[in-house]
Amino acid sequence: MIDRKWIGHVSAPSELALDRGRLRFFAEAIGETDPVYTDVEVAQAAGYADLPAPPTFLFAAEMDSGAVMQTLTDLGIPLARLLHGEQGFTYHKPACAGDVITVVSRIADIYDKKGGALEFVVKQAEARNQAGELVAELRTSFVCRN
Amino acid sequence: MIETVETGQELPPLTLKPVDRTTLALFCGASGDHNPIHIDIDFARKAGMPDVFAHGMLGMAWMGRLLTRWAPQSRLRRFDVRFQGITHLGNAITVRGRVTGIVELNGERCARVEVSNSNQYGQVKIAGEALIALG
Repeated sequence: MIDRKWIGHVSAPSELALDRGRLRFFAEAIGETDPVYTDVEVAQAAGYADLPAPPTFLFAAEMDSGAVMQTLTDLGIPLARLLHGEQGFTYHKPACAGDVITVVSRIADIYDKKGGALEFVVKQAEARNQAGELVAELRTSFVCRN
Repeated sequence: MIETVETGQELPPLTLKPVDRTTLALFCGASGDHNPIHIDIDFARKAGMPDVFAHGMLGMAWMGRLLTRWAPQSRLRRFDVRFQGITHLGNAITVRGRVTGIVELNGERCARVEVSNSNQYGQVKIAGEALIALG
């Protein structure tokens, strides 16, 4: 069983500097063909400061930094038993190449179903840019299969 | 097209090529998700899986593509999904979207769009909802 003492735990901040190369790589990996995600002139003509990060990209901040892996280690969830249950985003401002995004997350809840056969960890995060403006909120539910 | 939104309207579907190992390796690097269960068959088998399988966030990114080619991303306000089933190698995913209503969010009119990923056998792998401002 995951120790419920982790409810309320706040992660160390994860800083992710958005750069054009990484965003183009992400676009390629997901098969994105809209030039707004790869061509700076098209992005700027569409009103963005630079290439925009696609809707799900900011999930990478806490992957790159190792914050998610640290949380799983702290909670004692082996990767082999981990599933992603739910994911949500609320968007406030665009995040574009050149922005430095900082994500801080908090464990909002831990609960189990089926007599402990499945345990759920709910994480809520805020992503802010270099000006301290709220860019997005992220909601993640991880499932541990026991 | 977003100027004439009506409840029940379907977004143009997006069909992906079958999931292969190269796609998963590229997404591993691009997303920062280095969990070996998606790229290392030895690890996946030890974990009791028949083979590696797709990252949930890859499927969600495909859903994002469906939404942002229908409306500019700057109009996307919320995007929530449930990962309902594992997307296996060889699964050819079709992303579908349908307007289920017009709602108000913080004083803005938004289309509520139901989105889903299903494979070639009709099995739903991811289901969710997005709110897109109509301006």
